[in-house]
Amino acid sequence: MGTLVDARNIRGVYYTGAKDVVAVDDVSIRVEEGEVLGLAGESGSGKTTLGSIISLIARPPLHVEQGTLEIDGKVQELGGDARIPRTWRGSVVSMLPQGAMNSISPTKRVRHLVWDVMRSHDRRISKEVALDRARERITALGLPVRVLDAYPHQLSGGMKQRVVTIISTLLNPRLLVADEPTSALDVSSQKILIEMLLEMLDQKFMSGVIFVTHDLPVLRTVATKIAVMYQGRVVESGPTQLMVDRPQHPYTKALMSSVLTPEPKYSKIRIEGMSGFDRTSFDAPAVIHS
Amino acid sequence: MIYDVSHLTKVFGRGRHQVRAVDDVSFELEEGQITTIVGESGSGKSTVARMLLGLLPITSGTLTFRGKDVTHLRDRAEYWRQVQAVFQDPFSSFNQFFTVGKLLNRSMKLVGKEAGQQRLEESLGHVGMDLEVLDRYPHQLSGGQRQRVMIARALMMRPALLIADEATSMLDASLRVNILNVLTDLRDSLGMTVLFITHDIGQACYLADRVLVMEHGKMVEQGPTDEVIFSPRHAYTKRLLADVPKLHSALELEQP
Ligand SMILES: Nc1ncnc2c1ncn2[C@@H]1O[C@H](COP(=O)(O)OP(=O)(O)OP(=O)(O)O)[C@@H](O)[C@H]1O
Ligand SMILES: Nc1ncnc2c1ncn2[C@@H]1O[C@H](COP(=O)(O)OP(=O)(O)OP(=O)(O)O)[C@@H](O)[C@H]1O
Ligand SMILES: [Mg+2]
Ligand SMILES: [Mg+2]
Repeated sequence: MGTLVDARNIRGVYYTGAKDVVAVDDVSIRVEEGEVLGLAGESGSGKTTLGSIISLIARPPLHVEQGTLEIDGKVQELGGDARIPRTWRGSVVSMLPQGAMNSISPTKRVRHLVWDVMRSHDRRISKEVALDRARERITALGLPVRVLDAYPHQLSGGMKQRVVTIISTLLNPRLLVADEPTSALDVSSQKILIEMLLEMLDQKFMSGVIFVTHDLPVLRTVATKIAVMYQGRVVESGPTQLMVDRPQHPYTKALMSSVLTPEPKYSKIRIEGMSGFDRTSFDAPAVIHS
Repeated sequence: MIYDVSHLTKVFGRGRHQVRAVDDVSFELEEGQITTIVGESGSGKSTVARMLLGLLPITSGTLTFRGKDVTHLRDRAEYWRQVQAVFQDPFSSFNQFFTVGKLLNRSMKLVGKEAGQQRLEESLGHVGMDLEVLDRYPHQLSGGQRQRVMIARALMMRPALLIADEATSMLDASLRVNILNVLTDLRDSLGMTVLFITHDIGQACYLADRVLVMEHGKMVEQGPTDEVIFSPRHAYTKRLLADVPKLHSALELEQP
């Protein structure tokens, strides 16, 4: 199988009027067909920004100063005032936004949102077909069908998060960028959501996923490769097992050693986290495992 | 004991659409202890938190804070000075038109001018942010940065009770541990009581003195952390623990 997405030399800057914020600084990543790329890293390191650039939804004040995106062999220039074909958004790359809870319109019932998304893509689709697809996936995710009739505020945090996953995958995009899709879910619901994403890959509803999360144990179960970001750069990337068991870059080491899992020793010891490390060591050159 | 929750119940809607979100839940919060609530999505954790905060009318039950019945408290100004919250969703709980500085200014006024400035710097330090963030608007912050501002705001008040609902879900592992350490430090130095709602059993295990487990609106198990997590009794708790993914298969990372 070939390469699905090849994003090269991406630089994204927020023009704030006062001081520009370089949120993504010359980042290149690649997703192979059928693969899940896990994207982890420090809070504020540029993961969401990178995701929105790759999903072609970057808007001012975010400016893509440089970069190219190749999907299915088609190359798209991203920098400057490059024109991006409308048809790529949503159906080629779809972004499942962070803070899902807030990204869905509070005044519309879920069924209405489903219909909106489906219709925006296919004018001729019938309401029944659209809702059937949604109903199927709602059930697959272990949600009660009543959520279709609910307004967002009537759903719990984790329910909203799953509803957003369903909505952003309704169009079967080639690449899904999922930004923290499981941060509000208990482990059992996480497992179900991940199984659904993998199933969708298996069935070729989608061809690849970029999975942004702080939850490294979850990444270990779902990702083929992991890339770790720190201050706008990818500091290390490689196959999941290697990244988890033998990280090389000082920041990756700091990150991996701070993960808390329910083992007896963790209820007794104190882990120093970030303050136990010398931040200057994180400026070390990137380590890219092939 | 600082808080007593007795037979707390919340029913949303009526008739066919009725949802019993919280169903006859009772527990106590011991002063100077960290208690976590874990449980599946939709089990009623946030609803419990919102009722304790007085943000949601209670269907039935009583709440007692420091010996005083606060179930139907009218004037909550003083109560909210002692009971602070960090909400699950850092995207909606901000006024988008205020800079972070202005937002924190209100808490600063409540604390008092001089002490306020010092608390502000201290609290931002606790969450790993510098003063530069004060000039930013919420939409100019990443998810985790917003969440950290919320935590700093609550800590500034040095509350007797902090209710944190999935307050660290958007933080990377290293920062998260730091903030959990801050909470345990404040518990030890100031005797702060914390009710920490999380779906992350790893965090509960690291942080909590006591663990409460909810399923479908009911409190199915509660007890000291070691007992609940390492010898769970209820079938649901066992299932929840079995699903927890581990980071390492065999190899252990050495601590620096
Ligand atoms: N509109 C904006 N204006 C200015 N700076 C911004 C804006 N949006 C984000 N930033 C900054 O860009 C940097 C990267 O933000 P981004 O949201 O991509 O981080 P992230 O890695 O997704 O973090 P998190 O894990 O906390 O969600 C941060 O320092 C953030 O403060
Ligand atoms: N305003 C409301 N109207 C109707 N039902 C509601 C309302 N708020 C919550 N519910 C329902 O109450 C139940 C419990 O929701 P709650 O938000 O307390 O769950 P939670 O345990 O916090 O879940 P999560 O971990 O996903 O955040 C859910 O079934 C939810 O749909
Ligand atoms: Mg983000
Ligand atoms: Mg909740």
